[in-house]
Amino acid sequence: MTVSRSAPDDRSIEMGAGISEKTVAETAEERISYLRAGHTLRSWFFTTDHKRIALLYLVSVTFFFFIGGAAAALMRADLLTPEGDLLSNEGYNRAFTLHGVIMVWFFLIPSIPNVFGNFLLPLMIGARDLAFPRLNLISWYVYMVGGLFTVFILITGGVDTGWTFYTPLSSMFANGNVVLAATAIFVVGFSSIMTGLNFIVTVHTLRAPGMTWGRLPLFVWSHYATSIILVLATPVLTISLVLIAAERLFGIGIFDPALGGDPLLYQHLFWFYSHPAVYIMVLPALGVTSELVAAAARKPVFGYWFVAASSIAIALVGFLVWGHHMFVSGQSMYASAVFSFLSLVVAVPSGIKVYNWTATLYKGHISLDPPFLFAMGFIGLFVVGGLTGLILAMLAVDVHVHDTYFVVAHFHYIMVGGTVSAFFGALHYWWPKITGRRYSIVWGSLSAVFIFLGFNLTFFPQFLLGYLGMPRRYHVYDPGFQVLHVLSSAGATILGVAYLLPFAYLFYSLRNGEPAGPNPWGATGLEWTVASPPPKHNFETIPVVTRPPYDYEIEQESDAG
Amino acid sequence: MLGMYLFLASEVLLFGGLFAGALTYRILYPEAVVAASARLHVWIGAANTALLLTSSLLVALAVQAADRGLRRPAAALLSGAAGLGFGFLVLKAVEYTKEIHQGLLPGFGGRFDFSSPVEQLFMNLYLVGTGLHAAHMTVGIAILAGLAWRIGRRSLPLPERAVTVAVCGLYWHLVDIVWVFLYPVLYLAR
Amino acid sequence: MSGVIDLWPGRASVHAAQVDTLLSGFTALIIALSVPVFALIVVFAVRYRRGKPADRTHPMNRNVWLEVSWAVVPFLLIIGFFVWSLMLFVDLHRPPADAVQIDVVAKRWMWKFQHPGGQREIDELHVPVGTAVKLVMTSQDVIHSLFIPALRVKQDVLPGRYTTLWFTADRAGRYALACAEFCGTDHSTMRGTFVALSKADFARWLAESDTDMTLAAAGAEIFRSRGCSGCHGPAATVHAPPLEGLYGKPVPLQGGEVATADDQYIRDSILLPQSQIAAGYPPIMPTFRNILDEEQVAKLLAYIKSLATESPKEPR
Repeated sequence: MTVSRSAPDDRSIEMGAGISEKTVAETAEERISYLRAGHTLRSWFFTTDHKRIALLYLVSVTFFFFIGGAAAALMRADLLTPEGDLLSNEGYNRAFTLHGVIMVWFFLIPSIPNVFGNFLLPLMIGARDLAFPRLNLISWYVYMVGGLFTVFILITGGVDTGWTFYTPLSSMFANGNVVLAATAIFVVGFSSIMTGLNFIVTVHTLRAPGMTWGRLPLFVWSHYATSIILVLATPVLTISLVLIAAERLFGIGIFDPALGGDPLLYQHLFWFYSHPAVYIMVLPALGVTSELVAAAARKPVFGYWFVAASSIAIALVGFLVWGHHMFVSGQSMYASAVFSFLSLVVAVPSGIKVYNWTATLYKGHISLDPPFLFAMGFIGLFVVGGLTGLILAMLAVDVHVHDTYFVVAHFHYIMVGGTVSAFFGALHYWWPKITGRRYSIVWGSLSAVFIFLGFNLTFFPQFLLGYLGMPRRYHVYDPGFQVLHVLSSAGATILGVAYLLPFAYLFYSLRNGEPAGPNPWGATGLEWTVASPPPKHNFETIPVVTRPPYDYEIEQESDAG
Repeated sequence: MLGMYLFLASEVLLFGGLFAGALTYRILYPEAVVAASARLHVWIGAANTALLLTSSLLVALAVQAADRGLRRPAAALLSGAAGLGFGFLVLKAVEYTKEIHQGLLPGFGGRFDFSSPVEQLFMNLYLVGTGLHAAHMTVGIAILAGLAWRIGRRSLPLPERAVTVAVCGLYWHLVDIVWVFLYPVLYLAR
Repeated sequence: MSGVIDLWPGRASVHAAQVDTLLSGFTALIIALSVPVFALIVVFAVRYRRGKPADRTHPMNRNVWLEVSWAVVPFLLIIGFFVWSLMLFVDLHRPPADAVQIDVVAKRWMWKFQHPGGQREIDELHVPVGTAVKLVMTSQDVIHSLFIPALRVKQDVLPGRYTTLWFTADRAGRYALACAEFCGTDHSTMRGTFVALSKADFARWLAESDTDMTLAAAGAEIFRSRGCSGCHGPAATVHAPPLEGLYGKPVPLQGGEVATADDQYIRDSILLPQSQIAAGYPPIMPTFRNILDEEQVAKLLAYIKSLATESPKEPR
């Protein structure tokens, strides 16, 4: 009996009631893990199982992470010397553009939602799959089509406008594959919208009986908030790209001052999407961290409702701050003041989360496993990134540091120090669930530490560089800056190696790791009640939820670990 | 249904970006915009509006019929709506041709006839806006026609699958609403 | 502070020192807000390690007052800095009326500066110390951004528009100047030098620089040679708005609105004449978009400004 239906009106209670009547053969078949249920290529590439789709995404985002990382390596190598002698001017411009485009749209945005959201959302709410499993598969294909466009661009000479495509540079002056790049991103945007749509409908309609909103894991709340942004913000990006392509192909002139057009209009449209987009990148990571902290402390997250509401608040207020990218753009002084104030407001919910995680640890039973080490690294780096964001929101200071390495450091602290660390944390936490294997705790801990140290060495000097006046997107610079650049490149080398480490020991664990039971970390959450790896249809019978989330035994005295 | 509403929300944001651009130019260059708008064919646009509103009525009736399991009326109403939509596109094509010959739109090697570059900008926005709308309409017509076909051949049982008709009807209504905003913003700027 | 690694670039103005102070204060605040959190995390991770006996009675899972206070209190402290920062920012947008104006044209990939006396520089900007200087800037192609780190100022430079930036340098020296908005292939090399000179040295520099004529005089030349005087001059047969006494005054437009004849208005009138038609005049002015470049427009502007104190001739 298949439960993968696309009609969202079916109520989960009905599905739950019908499912317990099964044949013995069906039950036995159902216990086969999703990994074993079908070995053909067809069973993987035409799957509608959310868990297999998550793995498809895992492979693809890793692939793009490497390409984006290779671009970064080239850049850092070039920046070792002030003369810009490794890459030509155009070559460097292409490198940073490709690095930005690939990392933003093909790695960061899909990473946690499409790998871990896809895998875990149904399990966490007690469903057998997402609301629209075929749409889920289509979203992966759409993503891959966009990705193929991008690879094609790589091969045919690249694009050199920066990932921001500012007009009139991109619409009238740039050589290179601007229209192709716009198309690639246009296509992958649809993948985002489909995913967001799927998640929202799933959370509304497929929760198991008793899984009220107040019992949802915070991971689900943060993905719900992310999905709101995915659905509402991405189309504005779509129209911005359509307009750039139209201007380039047909000369429509909407951003051309000679025709009465306004280049600033592009910036407003672009940042109206791209600021919420950065919350798409960080909200899932915040959700992951809530899970990791609760599991490590064996304690409910402090202030559950505040943390849940803060995700929604970040999503909504995040739509109101785009102008903080435009303080020196020629925007009115009054608009800038409003955007600055709102940017300070949007920091408050993030602060609440951090304080709440700290309070969660108080009187907990904390285990320093790799997931928790990654979570601590996340908190440290995210806080630095967030607070430097406050510095950037300070108008008079931003006038000085806008478009310098200060900004570059800020967003890498959040996106790489934050989201990528959370991605690795999630990988290390749910690896046993996804693969059924345990990995070496020693190696896991080592990579968490090296990633943290390597990251700080790479990016902290960039704050100093920025304040000293080194602009962004430069590869020729004042020799006085060289020491800081060398430090940064050295850090990048360490970071690169540290990112490669998990490949080694995680792959190794696939064959040689100890088999994991259903709940190796002793955590709460419906995903830990099924086998590792989970059976194809997740649950034999749909669970009925009666306890609060993070239902650790609070009255436990001292500790049997 | 929820899924369709979410998708429609995203479409609203898509066209919203375009409207934001149009609003910007209306505020920056009021005279040029009014002058350009006056050269559009108000009556063709009005006829199109009538066609589209009627087709939405037919779709709404079709949804009701589907709920009651009335196969033939539902299919007929949907075909009618698709037909009216097709009529809209035909009128639009006629309109575009006229505008090309008047030198307002690019094409056929004709020369432009503008008294100011902002007018050209307005016409470009008009082209992108109505073009994007027409693309959505084409998809909508295909969906309605396809639905009518499946209902006629009984591969879409009614009233069990009436929700499919309702969901597609929602899409059509959105395309209609977008036009209801496009028309005054473009044709009636005074 | 200098040495192997500097923390600040040079400080060439009072504003720069104020920005540095603001940043130092704010950094102190955010360190005070975050270091305790880091410390607590580490302390808790150690003290409440699993398996370690500790007092875990009455762990709390929610406390609304605590939540509200640690949301609101830091926010209020931050708002204090917001206000300070806003004041400095507003200051940057209010150039004094007697500032010396220097015209700037950015193009891929160089900076062109024109002093009022006609001196021109490329990629180097000389200014006198202790004098308010206002830069009126436009771009010939894409968006650029003029950045002078030692002054802590930056302003995007747009095509089709004027943007302004003002400062008062208070310490002589040579400082860096750079383009801070990605503008294409040679963006990394679109840099220059900002030279602040004592008033005496600056006067000497002005005198020694090559100049044909002042900007306004050059503008008058263009006004005649390009035929502007044909319609706007005294012997014109065409009904065209008089330009004497025009600059800075309100101009009633055809649609009933009233515009102000500032730099942007005059520039648009030359390059996009159909966009704002003065009331009572026929819309027959041709555009000079492909005929004049930005520097010539700047000179015409200087000329028209020089007419601001004359009285309009009889309207025809």
